[in-house]
Amino acid sequence: MTATHLGMPAFPAAAREAVRDDVLRANLRRATHTIRDKRARAVSELADWDRLRAAGKAVKDHTLRHLDHYLLRLEAAVTAAGGTVHWAADAAEANRIVTALVLATGEREVVKVKSMATQEIGLNEALEAAGIAAYETDLAELIVQMGHDRPSHILVPAIHLNRAEIREVFRTEMGRWGRPAPDGLGDDPRELAEAARLHLREKFLHAKVAVSGANFMVAETGTMVVFESEGNGRMCLTLPETLISVVGIEKVVPTFRDLEIFLQTLPRSSTAERMNPYTTMWTGLGPSKGADGDGPAAFHLVLLDNGRTDTLADEVGRQALRCIRCSACLNVCPVYERAGGHAYGSVYPGPIGAILSPQLRGTDEEIDASLPYASTLCGACYEVCPVAIDIPEVLLHLRERVAQGGPATREGIRVRIRPARGHTAERAALRAARLLLERPGALRAGERLLSRARRLRPRRLPGPGRAWTDSRELPRPPREPFRDWWARERGGRA
Amino acid sequence: MRAALFVTCVNDALYPRTGVAVVRLLERLGVDVDFPAAQSCCGQPQYNTGYRYESEPLLRRTARAFAGYPYVVAPSGSCVAMIREHYPRIGARAAAEGRGNELADLAAGLVPRVYELTEFLVDVLGVTDVGAYFPHTVTYHPSCHGLRALGLGDRPRRLLAAVRGLDLIELPGAEECCGFGGTFAVKNPDVSAAMGADKVRAARATGAEVLCGADNSCLAHLDGTLRRAGAPLRTLHIAEILASTDEAATTTEGKHPR
Amino acid sequence: MSGRDRVLGRIRRALGEQGAGEGGIGRAPGEPGAGEGGIPRDYLRVHGDRTPAESADLLAANLAEYRAKVHRTDEDGLAPLLAALLAERGARTVLVPPGLPPSWLDAAQAVRVEDRAGSTPYALDAVDSVVTGCALAVAETGTIVLDGGPDQGRRRITLIPDHHICVVRVPDQLVDSVPQALERLDPTRPLTWISGPSATSDIELDRVEGVHGPRTLEVVLINPPAQ
Repeated sequence: MTATHLGMPAFPAAAREAVRDDVLRANLRRATHTIRDKRARAVSELADWDRLRAAGKAVKDHTLRHLDHYLLRLEAAVTAAGGTVHWAADAAEANRIVTALVLATGEREVVKVKSMATQEIGLNEALEAAGIAAYETDLAELIVQMGHDRPSHILVPAIHLNRAEIREVFRTEMGRWGRPAPDGLGDDPRELAEAARLHLREKFLHAKVAVSGANFMVAETGTMVVFESEGNGRMCLTLPETLISVVGIEKVVPTFRDLEIFLQTLPRSSTAERMNPYTTMWTGLGPSKGADGDGPAAFHLVLLDNGRTDTLADEVGRQALRCIRCSACLNVCPVYERAGGHAYGSVYPGPIGAILSPQLRGTDEEIDASLPYASTLCGACYEVCPVAIDIPEVLLHLRERVAQGGPATREGIRVRIRPARGHTAERAALRAARLLLERPGALRAGERLLSRARRLRPRRLPGPGRAWTDSRELPRPPREPFRDWWARERGGRA
Repeated sequence: MRAALFVTCVNDALYPRTGVAVVRLLERLGVDVDFPAAQSCCGQPQYNTGYRYESEPLLRRTARAFAGYPYVVAPSGSCVAMIREHYPRIGARAAAEGRGNELADLAAGLVPRVYELTEFLVDVLGVTDVGAYFPHTVTYHPSCHGLRALGLGDRPRRLLAAVRGLDLIELPGAEECCGFGGTFAVKNPDVSAAMGADKVRAARATGAEVLCGADNSCLAHLDGTLRRAGAPLRTLHIAEILASTDEAATTTEGKHPR
Repeated sequence: MSGRDRVLGRIRRALGEQGAGEGGIGRAPGEPGAGEGGIPRDYLRVHGDRTPAESADLLAANLAEYRAKVHRTDEDGLAPLLAALLAERGARTVLVPPGLPPSWLDAAQAVRVEDRAGSTPYALDAVDSVVTGCALAVAETGTIVLDGGPDQGRRRITLIPDHHICVVRVPDQLVDSVPQALERLDPTRPLTWISGPSATSDIELDRVEGVHGPRTLEVVLINPPAQ
């Protein structure tokens, strides 16, 4: 994965800043609660939701178990339909391929449809280094790009900003990228959307090269699918002469029919709509192979690994590859709501990010080793996931990798991960607790000691205990442990 | 009917009144309660922090301590979820690592006999009115593991609603996590505290006298947050409310014996 | 080693003995007789039991909820209705796909602009409105689907003009559900699923209509002649 976010502080420290930012807290609370309730309503309309969820999971699992087969089928179908397929093992290779394809067109500008994969690999930075300007066209991506900011949500990358903050970005930055914001721009979302429409229209109408991702790729037909709302996707996918799509290898599904599941579950899970405004499906260069002037004359598909096969090698962790990037898990997550997306130090924030990033990037960096612990294991994410990813299960699995070490795969090679630094004291404490808990005699003595010390009742503990007492009183130890009461009151009976 | 009480380590050491309440409640309902002294902790703190191997001896100890009892009842959704959801996984992983089926067999033998308290009352004993009397306003926070891992549903609310004198007030945003999360409370103290503060704010806004829960570890976090704020709202485990009768009333004054 | 070999090699190692490509258990999933790997398809083909008239009502209601304007007429009423809608909009020019039935615009005052392969995006941007047919419509989701058929034209003509009028024949072109829609569509054709005018939820996750696509979508449902 790209180094963009590396060197980030670990999650707890980054989250501390977010928790103290009252504006951010209010923005996130408002946005996540709005969408949370709407999603619940949209899902409750479908009596067969649980069956659609089970089918979506099964399709993804089946595809992953035969991933090589389906990718080869996809490659054959895309090629037969006039497209060209490229394979990239990592971010650097993908960036090289895309840069070369753009340079070969002679163009120095590309328009982009929102795509997690291209953010993950840092494509915009790579293109910039080659003298190519990449313009984000999704409204939220545009806001983030113009504000020199980082995305904080999968679906709505500017969720951390409110309308007034977005107006400021447009007022001060839009002119540097092209058509400036209209004078007297207000902060009504309609006005802001109108400003983006006017600004981007010029770019769409003359763009010659577009870069996209895709939500799904159909192996049997070679069909690519992009879900969107604004129409920027349609602009990029149909007007330019050259289209380059960078797509993670886990996005393939076997058959066209399989889309009947995800066309029902993805919109309801992500934007809480029965259907999103626009979905585009295209197969290579179409029936006329590009001769009818409907759509690009050249289509390139770049299949991206970048840690996905390492994730696939892990029998527990591979379920994260079922993810369809709906972001329902972010919207219900109580930790995301308080910590915000930036604290996760990755383009994939929230619960899904906490299990994806440490698998795609490994757990060497402090931020990645802290992500599996960025959860109370409350299970709300699993409950709403439309492909039934048991996120708490994977979090626990990755905690084990961090704390205890164990087997993993990195860049295709089986390795043994050593326990992470910084867990030594914790390991000793939990081991000591276990030894105590294994010996009821010693446990009883310890409990009595606690009861005897009850008069001390400290308000603040030193060392690691401070983490509790900074915000909370300690429980008051009782006069005697339960087992002593039992021995006294009922002991004779047993 | 004979049942073993799995009081859990947190209740044993810090909340014995909850254990006492479970014993009195179950005995009142005609259950022959036993407390196997060999029990200690289910191993959840180790397992949830990433130390699966450290949790294995505790799985073994727990399974053996409760061998032979037709029912094992615990006043903690979290500890029951640990046993029901994770013991089989720990067993399967050990088997997959070539360490035999001992843990898997122990887990398989224990899991079907273990019940969270409100499950045991409603599903096994078939009661929702346990004959309790508790003349106070109460709001109920369903802890996540009980709510989502065990699917306790409205069992606790039905039990509370049947208590004579009790006025049950719905807690807005009840299904949201309180922010305890085991070692999360100290590993991510700022987020944990922020979640706790929001939960406490919602509970105080109901105007209830008592914030009731079915997991004392979550209640320790909320109680600590409330006391730091000097709030008059008291926390109580559901067992203590259900055990309360005209003759032996649980008070809302000071949760712990002085 | 090429990226392709490297990625495929890693996948096969990751899947171990389960690997499909090189003699594993699922050598040819999806091939005739290979089954579907246990994918449960017990979800509903359609949600609810509706008469054709009820399906048309549901389509209209769902489209309207997402701020499309819905009109109902019959074969004879179509040309006057289209003329009225264009006039109301103040459209001076209207884009016409090559296979649009000429009679549809018989009554319209707006100048017809035919789409040509050489029409640039700038030229299309200067046109006020576009009128098309569709491949089908989906009642449960309030969706119309275009497949580039002769009465729909190239994808760009329903994208750049700010006003799109789409004609749906009920019940022939109407299905109830997404699974029924996919059965009738040809994946080799370029498909555009449209559910209301363009919209965004990017500001505070609150939906507002009207960004890059046509900001006004009007859907005309033509009923068959009364029996």
